[in-house]
Amino acid sequence: MRAVKSPNTRGLLRLVPSRPLPPPPAAPGDVLAEAEAVRVLLGGRPVLDGVDVRVRAGEVLALVGPNGAGKSTLLGALAADVPAAEGVVRVHGRPAGEWSAPELALRRAVLPQSASLSFPFPVAEVVRMGRAPWAGGEREAEDDAAVAEAMARTEVAGFAGRPFSALSGGERARVALARVLAQRAPLLLLDEPTAALDLRHQELVLRLCRERARAGDAVVVVLHDLALAAAYADRVAVLRAGRIAAEGAPAEVFDEDLLSEVYDQPVEVLPHPRTGALLVVPRREV
Amino acid sequence: MTVLDKPVSPRTSPGPAPARTRRTTAWLLTAGLVAGLLVLVPVAAGTGAYPVPVADVLGSLLHRAGLGGTELDRVAESVLWNVRFPRIVLALLVGASLGCAGALMQGVFGNPLAEPGVIGVSSGAAVGAVGAIAFGLNFLGNWTVSVFAFVSGLITVLVVYAMSRSGGRTEVVTLILTGIAVNAFAGALIGLFLFFADTAAVNQITFWQLGSLAQATWPKVLAVLPCAALGLGLAPLYARRLDLLALGERPARHLGVEVERLRIVLVLVIALLTAAAVSVAGVIGFVGLVVPHLLRMAAGPGHRFLIPGSALLGALVLLAADLAARTVAAPAELPLGVLTALLGSPFFFWLLRRTRRRQGGWA
Repeated sequence: MRAVKSPNTRGLLRLVPSRPLPPPPAAPGDVLAEAEAVRVLLGGRPVLDGVDVRVRAGEVLALVGPNGAGKSTLLGALAADVPAAEGVVRVHGRPAGEWSAPELALRRAVLPQSASLSFPFPVAEVVRMGRAPWAGGEREAEDDAAVAEAMARTEVAGFAGRPFSALSGGERARVALARVLAQRAPLLLLDEPTAALDLRHQELVLRLCRERARAGDAVVVVLHDLALAAAYADRVAVLRAGRIAAEGAPAEVFDEDLLSEVYDQPVEVLPHPRTGALLVVPRREV
Repeated sequence: MTVLDKPVSPRTSPGPAPARTRRTTAWLLTAGLVAGLLVLVPVAAGTGAYPVPVADVLGSLLHRAGLGGTELDRVAESVLWNVRFPRIVLALLVGASLGCAGALMQGVFGNPLAEPGVIGVSSGAAVGAVGAIAFGLNFLGNWTVSVFAFVSGLITVLVVYAMSRSGGRTEVVTLILTGIAVNAFAGALIGLFLFFADTAAVNQITFWQLGSLAQATWPKVLAVLPCAALGLGLAPLYARRLDLLALGERPARHLGVEVERLRIVLVLVIALLTAAAVSVAGVIGFVGLVVPHLLRMAAGPGHRFLIPGSALLGALVLLAADLAARTVAAPAELPLGVLTALLGSPFFFWLLRRTRRRQGGWA
């Protein structure tokens, strides 16, 4: 193992970058990412304003809200993609801007809203790209197992040899998710992982999120389907026009009046007749 | 419930099989390319107006290397070592540089149609080279033309890159149109330099512009060697990161790639390689386009093979093309750039049509 280098020596030896250290294991409840009074401007327009949110190890946090409410921007801010104009975003306790890209790659994995690929790599190689942050480190030995597990869990192993460009939208989305899972980062940021998926795979993906959270990771997921959020999230943050309108357990947050107002659409929240689980449906007058 | 019916079995995944086949293909191709070069070099050295048997070529090579062999008569030695070998080495360097630059450029732009000739970087490098020749500049000795080609080539890559990207993507139409604009501007500058140059310089430039290795000498080889060697040596180091860049800029950053830095380094390397090729051989088009494509079709898009493979195949293709250029119409010599364009442009047509069909129209 190479010794840890101070930031100065690291700057001098940039051609041979020092190996970033993986994060220590997180205990349940540790804050792995947080936004504090964050304001984000895109094209001079505030997209997020005064947002406070904490992402804890061991729980699934769902971000919901109407189009343009700032869900993806908040995810981008937590991923250290989008800089905050005001306030601070911390990842694993340190301001997001202070991490280098290789260090961040060991700490958080991000699923973008749409997956694209410029060259026709086969599926197995795309998933293996998720292991890139660990190359040369001790945990490189996990590579094969991590890739195989991620492909099995997302049910993409059946077309592992096919080029990514030949897949359907839903298959691509699952391959992209497999790549993110294979990265085995303790913080997972997923932007609409269920958007292109059929019913069965929507359930599959959210079950996976919950399992990762139970195993000690922190999962943030942007969702449009409120019933899915109610069923699988430990906490829900409802965004409206760049601010958090409500945050808490699904049972506290999913209130008919609040949701109807946020979405500008009458909404009914009712218990499932058999299980009692929360159901959120738009009010339709037939 | 279907969820539970399906056994989850990572063992039976057919994943590793195609990867292994591809790796074998890559090794076979590498071996084939090296073998091809080992055969073609002595053949090319022996072929020409003064034929030398291949056995004698090998003998002379061994002799010079101090490994036995026999020295040939004075004429044959002189033909081989003062005329043919500098030309062969130059063809190999230029071909390797062009092939490698093409592979890198396609990776950086994330676009299979990027190529130094098509998007105007070769013409940009040519502006510097022509300027240096036209105004008789030689304050850097033999390296003057190379350095000028590098600087103007670098400026051109940066301009093309800045102009053809929006929102982290390079669209095909923007890229090609930028190339047209850059080529036009570079053409105008070259015309202007020609206008101010004296007759001797004009002749030199005109001949050089057609793309030819006819003037090859050892000092010329030395003039391009630093650029080419540095570029070819650096390029393979970035192969894995280029693979990740295929996912897009943000996902690549999420996987630990310092995208900005990667891009700057690679643009420098591309400018080095293009300058190496252009400063001695003029604008030789399409090698950088065709070579990486053929390899990608055969062995997949992974850059760990694609980059060195493109250098090897580029060297092989250019050596073969140069051999053809000087033997097909002997004793006259076809301009090399004309020959590669003649073969390369139909391929470009086909590629354009295929890309368009895939995308269902231009984005």
